[in-house]
Amino acid sequence: MITVENLVKRFGAKCAVDNISFEVKRGEVLGFLGPNGAGKSTTMRIVTGFMPATSGRVTIGGHDVAENPIAAKKLVGYLPESAPSYPDMTVGGFLAWAADMRGLDGARKASALQRVTELCFLQGVLHQSVDTLSKGFRHRTCLAQSLIHDPEVLVLDEPTDGLDPNQKHEIRQLIKRMGETKAIVFSTHILEEVEACCSRAIIIDRGRVVTDGTPEQLKAKDDDAGMVTLRVHGVDAGTVQAKLSQVVEAGRVTASAEGTRVVARVEARRRGEGGDLANAVAEVVHRERWRFDELHTEEGRLDNVFRKITRPDSARS
Amino acid sequence: MEGTGRGVVVRRMKATRFMDQERTNMSEGLRNMWAISRRELGGYFNSPVAYVFIVIFLLLNGFFTFSLGYYFERGQASLAEPFFSWHPWLYLFLVPSVGMRLWAEERRSGTLELLLTMPIAPWQAIVGKFLASWIFLGIALVLTFPIVLTTAYLGDPDNGSVLAGYLGSFLLAGAYLGVTELMSAVTRNQIIAFIISVVVCFFLILCGWEPVTQFLVNHLPDGVVSLVKGLSTWYHFLAFQRGVIDVRDLLYFGSVMGFSLFATSVVLRGVRGA
Repeated sequence: MITVENLVKRFGAKCAVDNISFEVKRGEVLGFLGPNGAGKSTTMRIVTGFMPATSGRVTIGGHDVAENPIAAKKLVGYLPESAPSYPDMTVGGFLAWAADMRGLDGARKASALQRVTELCFLQGVLHQSVDTLSKGFRHRTCLAQSLIHDPEVLVLDEPTDGLDPNQKHEIRQLIKRMGETKAIVFSTHILEEVEACCSRAIIIDRGRVVTDGTPEQLKAKDDDAGMVTLRVHGVDAGTVQAKLSQVVEAGRVTASAEGTRVVARVEARRRGEGGDLANAVAEVVHRERWRFDELHTEEGRLDNVFRKITRPDSARS
Repeated sequence: MEGTGRGVVVRRMKATRFMDQERTNMSEGLRNMWAISRRELGGYFNSPVAYVFIVIFLLLNGFFTFSLGYYFERGQASLAEPFFSWHPWLYLFLVPSVGMRLWAEERRSGTLELLLTMPIAPWQAIVGKFLASWIFLGIALVLTFPIVLTTAYLGDPDNGSVLAGYLGSFLLAGAYLGVTELMSAVTRNQIIAFIISVVVCFFLILCGWEPVTQFLVNHLPDGVVSLVKGLSTWYHFLAFQRGVIDVRDLLYFGSVMGFSLFATSVVLRGVRGA
């Protein structure tokens, strides 16, 4: 539904978006990650047709955003960063206006209003003016606006920013549910969100795509991914280290005493062999009759990956 | 024979379909524009600003007409001098105060992004906003009707000139409003938009105001002076004020509005790209 090809956006000498390409199909939820100022919002503004690109091409449902903006925009629902809405309007009035702008009228308008009101839990505040609302409600009002025409493509710039944990959960569920039938791009810097609702994630840094893959693939890039942690008691650290080092699949082994227990960390000799490594370690435990209370394989953590690849020094090299 | 006949029919059908397409685009455009105008108008009347504005406008009109305009002392059943001649000065401050928020507020609050990612052409938003403010100014102007009734009661005014005066006044407001909308797009600060608009509109008055043109005549060649005078809202409003509707004056006001709305679209393109 969304294709972005070689997108470049320059502001004077500064290159905010530097040759970004990606694609989002129907049924996909793409998480857009990156440090502040990485070019996430700029990319989204170009995709939604707010900003023209310096070069490159964006199409939505086959319509070129630069050449046929109105047809492209009809397919998109957009929640801008900071979720703006008109403060002097009531929530209901604002949503009715959004419906008007989307060409909905009569019964279709009424049912659309009812649908988004329920989806975004706005029943209680429909007649309240936007500037009297709390941040969470304002945010959801703007989100409701982006859903009013049941768009095929959703572009959400930090959809859970400023919400409380319950609301965050609701919005994530909503995104996940809608992701089954729509193409969704959303930006965030909350990494657990990516794991919770994305089918794919892109990390961008300084205007470039540095990684693109499923959350699992991204997590596997963590240095700790595949490492096996074992916690045993009744043995000393030296023995544990010696026995575990004999395991064929093991790379570096460290063991240290923590109170009455010994915690051993076993890195795989080659990455991606975590499953076998855990088995091999379990065999050692079994053979030596160690008493253990923890044995697990590290999946890798997105925040480690994020820090590793967006760190200033790694970006410079 | 039959074949060519069918060809013509097909072509005609294509043409109609094309025209239908155009028509739906057109009506869609009007509908979008109206949705924007209605929101803006609602914005005026939902806040006390509209009522405060109208009250101030009417009070000032009364003050100028009766006190400074010597309405009664003149003993003439005419609105030209005591009433309409003040409008260029009144509008100088009141029109920018109505129009200053049009784009500045959208830019400041970030709703510009929302508005311009809606499936509308930018001109629809620009014209829609313009119309909303212009209609609002029109409503304020219509509410000055008691002065017409008073004049009609006291004497026998020329209805044609009164209408021409109102038309001119409305067009003058539109011209100032165009300038204000443009300035409002230039900045995200309403106050700055207001000040620049007042200054620009002031120059548009000054360059045709008699004391200034008198001064210019002594220093500049005639051609330049009449060119400068021709740019003035004052000069073109004068005819309407006297009850004359001249095509050239209509053209002038039309082009001031057209030009400033076009310039607004150029500025907005820059704002989006920046």
